[in-house]
Amino acid sequence: MEEVLFFVAAIGALGGAIGVIAMRNPFYSVLALIVHLFSLAALFLLLTSAFVAAAQVVVYAGAVMVLYVFVVAYVGGGGESAWEPIPGQRFLAPLLGIALFIELAVAVLSSSLLALGTDGPDVPAGFGDPAAIGRLLLEKFLVPFETSSLLLLLAAVGAIVLASNRRIEEGDTSS
Amino acid sequence: MSIEWYIVLSALLFATGALGILLRRSPMVILLCLELMLNAGNLALVAFSRMVGNGQGQVFAVIVMVIAACEVVVGLGLIVAIFRRRLPLNVDDLRELRG
Repeated sequence: MEEVLFFVAAIGALGGAIGVIAMRNPFYSVLALIVHLFSLAALFLLLTSAFVAAAQVVVYAGAVMVLYVFVVAYVGGGGESAWEPIPGQRFLAPLLGIALFIELAVAVLSSSLLALGTDGPDVPAGFGDPAAIGRLLLEKFLVPFETSSLLLLLAAVGAIVLASNRRIEEGDTSS
Repeated sequence: MSIEWYIVLSALLFATGALGILLRRSPMVILLCLELMLNAGNLALVAFSRMVGNGQGQVFAVIVMVIAACEVVVGLGLIVAIFRRRLPLNVDDLRELRG
C-alpha cells in the first residue's frame, strides 16, 4: 500500500515539475506547480511529518500560489521568443541537468550512511505532529524562529517598496 | 519504502528545477523553478529527518519554507516593478548588470 502511494505521489511530483518547465504559458506552469506541491505534501505524510505536509498545503499551495496567479494575471503570460542567446542551449542544458542528477544520486547512494537502505527507525506516535514541531520551534530553535519572522517582515516591507507607484513617478529616468 | 527512494526522487526534482532555470527565459518561470529546487531540498531534509528518527530536520524544512516565501515576495515585487517600467520580461534583455 505504501509503495503504491509513494509511486503515485512521486509520479505526480515529477510530472508537475516537468509541466512547470515545459509549459509555454506561465499560467499553466503555476497550475503544474500546484499539482507538484500537493504530491509533495502526500510524500511528506508518507514520511510521517504531518505538520510539514499541512504547512506545505496551506502556505504554498494556498497563499504563495495565489500570489503567483495574481501576478501572472497582472503581467500577462506572453510566450517566449525562440531566440537562443547561447548556441546549442537546448541541447547543452539537458546534458547539464542529467549530469547534475547523476552526480547527486552517486554522491548520496555511495555515501556510508547505512540507514539509507532502511525504512528508518520506529518512531513514537506523536512524531512530526504540530505539538512536537511547536515544542522544538519554541524551545530549541527559538532564535531561528524569531529571525525568520523578522526576515518575513523585511521581505513584506521590501516588496511594498519595490512595487509601489511613488518611486516610479519620482526617480524614473529610464523610460 | 526505504529512504533511498525519497532521496533519489529529491535529486531528480532538484535536477529538473535546475534544468528549468537553464532553459527558460521568463523571470516568472525561473522563480517557479527556484521553488522546485527548494522543495526538492525540503523533501531531502524531511527524508533524512525520518531516517534519523529526529524531528529537527522538519524544523529545518519549515524554516526553508519561510525563506522560500520571502524569496517569492521579493521576486514577484521585482517582476511587478519591471513590468511597470515597461521593460521586457526576459532575462536575456535585462542584462545591464552582467559583468
